[in-house]
Amino acid sequence: MKATEIQAIYVMWLRQMKRFIRSKSRLVSSIVQPLFFLFILGSGFRVAIFEGVGDYLSFLAPGIIAMAILFSSMFTGISVLWDKQFGFLQEVLVAPISRISIIIGRTLGGATVALIQGSIILLISLALGVQISGAIGLIFTLLFMVLIAFTAVGFGLVIASKMEDFQGFQLIMSLVVMPLLFLSSAFFPVTSNPTMKSIAMFNPLFYMVDGLRGSLIIGVETVNSPLFNLIIVIFICIFMMSIGSYLFSKMES
Amino acid sequence: MNIITTDNLTKKYNNLIAVDNVSFSVLKGEIFGFLGPNGAGKTTTIKMLTTLLNPTKGSANIIDFDIIKNRDKVRKNIGVVFQEPALDTELTGGENLDYHARMYAISRDKRKERINAVLKLVDLEDKIDIIVKNYSGGMKRRLEISRGLMHYPNVLFLDEPTLGLDAQTRRAIWNYVKKMNKEEGTTIFLTTHYMDEADYLCDRVGIIDRGKILVIDTIENLKNSIGNDVITLTCSNINSLENRLEKEKWIFNIKKHDSKLTLGVEKGDEKIPLIIEISQSEKIRIKSISVRKPTLDDVFLHFTGRTIREDEKKINVETQSRFRMRGGRR
Repeated sequence: MKATEIQAIYVMWLRQMKRFIRSKSRLVSSIVQPLFFLFILGSGFRVAIFEGVGDYLSFLAPGIIAMAILFSSMFTGISVLWDKQFGFLQEVLVAPISRISIIIGRTLGGATVALIQGSIILLISLALGVQISGAIGLIFTLLFMVLIAFTAVGFGLVIASKMEDFQGFQLIMSLVVMPLLFLSSAFFPVTSNPTMKSIAMFNPLFYMVDGLRGSLIIGVETVNSPLFNLIIVIFICIFMMSIGSYLFSKMES
Repeated sequence: MNIITTDNLTKKYNNLIAVDNVSFSVLKGEIFGFLGPNGAGKTTTIKMLTTLLNPTKGSANIIDFDIIKNRDKVRKNIGVVFQEPALDTELTGGENLDYHARMYAISRDKRKERINAVLKLVDLEDKIDIIVKNYSGGMKRRLEISRGLMHYPNVLFLDEPTLGLDAQTRRAIWNYVKKMNKEEGTTIFLTTHYMDEADYLCDRVGIIDRGKILVIDTIENLKNSIGNDVITLTCSNINSLENRLEKEKWIFNIKKHDSKLTLGVEKGDEKIPLIIEISQSEKIRIKSISVRKPTLDDVFLHFTGRTIREDEKKINVETQSRFRMRGGRR
């Protein structure tokens, strides 16, 4: 790869980071919102006993981490639309760099931001007494976090390439993302209900949440083994990123 | 030497032909302008030349690089200032320039030096660390122009460079454009629908309307082509006077427009008595008559049969609401 392309990737990454650090409201809300979920759902459902779930907070924490990474990365993908509307995209597209570098830089930037947010929530969960597994588990956790981030950026790119404005985004969030998230076992186990369990098998988010949970938490019951989940998630990630990059490269400014 | 050449460049959107078999060339070092009303195909032409849109038909070269086959070479050699602002408003002015320079592979030391140089050119040196969203409209425009120059482009494209700016700022931008054309030797291709802008800046102008180029020439020649002087008059029976005057050999051209007659003549002040005599013999009462030097407005009227302002009235409402939605440039 040429030095120019690496420089271009770096610029795209740096831009994401600068924007993230400067946008205080985004910084605060991206951490506060998952924490609300963690505290409110955590304390509310703690008294309810789900079948096969030990400590509910330990069950919930990976779900919330996945959610935070998902939302943050999707936002990065969709912010292409923002750049398109405010003209900045043209400036990038007219530069002598390949579109692939633009996508890689942006994805890495978005993933870095998402990982920072996910890690903050992970640390807070630790402080709240969530029991996590050892080094290998953490490596797996990190892998899942990265893959979730990439997949979600890809998904965001798909939406951004196909949509003209922001109205459609709300629709996608409430009609696609939220239902998938609720059916992913992020907040409660899907195993108790057979219908829900069979739906979950077709839900990409389910494999991510289940895998993240299995890698991160000690002694939790998961549907699939982390390794199995990992393989499936890698495929989903490659699939989503390919469609996202393809549509983005076809996009006319 | 030609730096841009196009050959039957065409862009179709479904049934609409935005740019229709456009062929022209731009000389190295000149300021070339596309003059035409909104929707004439100016921006579409720029987008094709800057590799953002693929032409439906035809071809174009920039310094011998084909805009389709040799995109990266073309991109390296051009700078673009788009009609809509294209800055990252969350970054500082300096960062915008720095990121731009990195994408064009300019080395670290050169970057610093060049940022200072281009900012100096547009008098923004002291605003380097200010976040762009706090810039005024004119400052943003100047920053964009300086960014377009960052990587020493051979050609700089300016799409409606002073759209939506106040008179004072426009004048300043024009001077910056002239300055960089002179000092850096950058060839400039600009589009505009302002007559005064084309008149003040351009060495040569192409008049474009409904996707077609009607004429390309120096401003001087264009003005001379419709006569040394222009006489405008209003009168009682405009049609019969027009028919009568068409027989006169000393009138180069006649245009009836808006209940006014516009005549291109030589030595206009001597022709006024003649016209009054003719009209009196025809029992036509002249209400007003004046003579002046031709302007680009007259040229535009001559080639398109209407003034650019009429088009604007129709389109203005639309454009303004669009700009308001985008947060405007002001």
